[in-house]
Amino acid sequence: MPLTKEALLNMYRRMLTIRHFEEGITEFSRQGLVPGTGHVSIGEEAVAVGSCSALGDKDYIISTHRAHGHLLARGADINVILAEVLGKATGCTGGKGGSMHLSDFSRQILGTNGIVGAGINIAGGVGLAIKMRQTGQICLGFFGDGAANRGTFHEGLNMAAVLQVPTVFVCTNNQYGLSMPQCKACGNIDISARANGYGMPGYRVDGTDVIAVYEAVKSAVDRARDGEGPSLIEAVSYRLRGHSMRMDQMPGGSDYRPNGEVEDWAENKDPLKIFRSKLKELGYINEKEAEQLDAECRQLFESAADFALNSPEPEPETAFTWIYAPEGVK
Amino acid sequence: MPERQISYREAVAEAIKEEIARDDRVFLMGEDVGVLGGAFGSTKGVYDAFGGERVLDTPISETAIVGYALGAAMAGMRPIAEIMRVDWMTICMDEIVNQTAKMRFLSGGHPDVALVIRAAAEGGIGLGGQHSQSFEAWFVHIPGLKVVMPSTPYDVKGLLKSAVRDPNPVIFLEPGVLYGVSGPVPEEEYVIPLGKAEVKREGKDITIVAWGTLLPKTLNAAQTLANEGIEAEVVDPRTLRPLDIDTIIDSVKKTGRLIIAHEAMKTGGVGAEIAALVQERAFDHLDAPIKRVATPDVIIPVNRSLERLVLPQEDTVVEAVKSICS
Repeated sequence: MPLTKEALLNMYRRMLTIRHFEEGITEFSRQGLVPGTGHVSIGEEAVAVGSCSALGDKDYIISTHRAHGHLLARGADINVILAEVLGKATGCTGGKGGSMHLSDFSRQILGTNGIVGAGINIAGGVGLAIKMRQTGQICLGFFGDGAANRGTFHEGLNMAAVLQVPTVFVCTNNQYGLSMPQCKACGNIDISARANGYGMPGYRVDGTDVIAVYEAVKSAVDRARDGEGPSLIEAVSYRLRGHSMRMDQMPGGSDYRPNGEVEDWAENKDPLKIFRSKLKELGYINEKEAEQLDAECRQLFESAADFALNSPEPEPETAFTWIYAPEGVK
Repeated sequence: MPERQISYREAVAEAIKEEIARDDRVFLMGEDVGVLGGAFGSTKGVYDAFGGERVLDTPISETAIVGYALGAAMAGMRPIAEIMRVDWMTICMDEIVNQTAKMRFLSGGHPDVALVIRAAAEGGIGLGGQHSQSFEAWFVHIPGLKVVMPSTPYDVKGLLKSAVRDPNPVIFLEPGVLYGVSGPVPEEEYVIPLGKAEVKREGKDITIVAWGTLLPKTLNAAQTLANEGIEAEVVDPRTLRPLDIDTIIDSVKKTGRLIIAHEAMKTGGVGAEIAALVQERAFDHLDAPIKRVATPDVIIPVNRSLERLVLPQEDTVVEAVKSICS
């Protein structure tokens, strides 16, 4: 079934929200308001939104250190996520996890991860629980091209195929593992081709095209829900910013890409520009409406910033909680 | 009627069977745990009782075994994951230390991080440097984990059942050399709470804290010492995190002397932690320096004589006691 105008505009709205959120926290980081660091996904919004739009409300996601987009694409509360990035008491882990440890159990977002590739096995395990409990859900596990070279990728995908779990593995190939270009990190740059070795379908899609991502993930989700097991999707996109906000602020922290590469992708393959043109072509939006939507999404961030900046710091005693279950919990 | 006697490995399998039958969220996964019944026979009969839906034979994929168990726990199951030997927990340390132990904290107090990771531990059967180690200290060092190491068939059954019911991740270490040892295990349901030590033998002259393979060796040593007029009190902590330090302190206050005996390497072992805690809390009650009986910092050799030489034996405990009880 093709996506409706309303669904497409909603996807565009989500992509814009992610862009404004990440541009906003980049500025906050420069101002010293973000403890530690954070990893923005500017340029990768189509993968987050295309993938999450293919899920049902009860489906789970597991994500990575570069997760703000996944959370917002899944409909997590922007106030709570921003407060967490700023380390505030009103954040999803009370300011104890930060940008790399986001979750929203009301939206079935079971968590993100500071260890590259660690979420792959966890996503498989969530799929295993779904299969054992016969709940009809699926789990979508995000990871990146860097994670695809970890042993957990091999063990996790093979195990998924062996156990036939309803997990869809989505690799956001943003073409860099920190400073390492993917073409130098992989013997074969086609990560999706590895799926065949595990006995599951693999698809390589243009990760700057939100509709293409949606369609590929939707078919993998449908397949998993029909009990036909896991799939691997590789969405090829581009990380328009450096590895992390902190690293971008270091002198020379982004000096590892060929001249003009970032500018070329920003100019010609920015997923927001591509989608906006598509929506105009379809007659779903005009320039004025597009500007208005952009301003609305910027306002979403501004109001989240009001909430987060005015939120309290965590109480000292919270440093000692959540390490074990409270006494008496069964 | 005499109490039923079963082996340590049979007690493990019985605990797993009872917990799978009791709670439909509990399942067993690991290498060779199903059709074979475990590389050491410690899950024999579980697959026959419940079949492949609750007992998953997995590929040789330690990171996936623990990662999948964690994911399944986060989505409401209560997995028992087996890593065949504690030596190979090194392969999945990220899954244990960075993921499982921290998941509750890093996900805002998520209530469902209940899983048990079992492994055979310690040496004594000639399996060599990568199949004979005892890493309980590694896990005791990690907040978020509980660490259990039972030494008798009775204890292993009751503690494993508690571990499965615990809402926290539990590292459950089973001394491989004890799998064939039998002891009394009642047929009726019982559990032993985590975090409770047991005085295995009462005495007034010296306290010996021992666990794992060193527990039976220490009990034999205590008998030898009794024949020579030294009454040793033997305390088995059974759970190493959380540690029941109060029971150990109470014993030291009575005897004034302390030896900690474990098979793990001496340097950085749990014995060092117990010694530090006791001197912090009961220094004035000590009549002699605290001593540790442990494996010296070597790699466990295969040769029977060499292995026997480096692993602490009954005699090692006897000599250590005499050195501070003269």
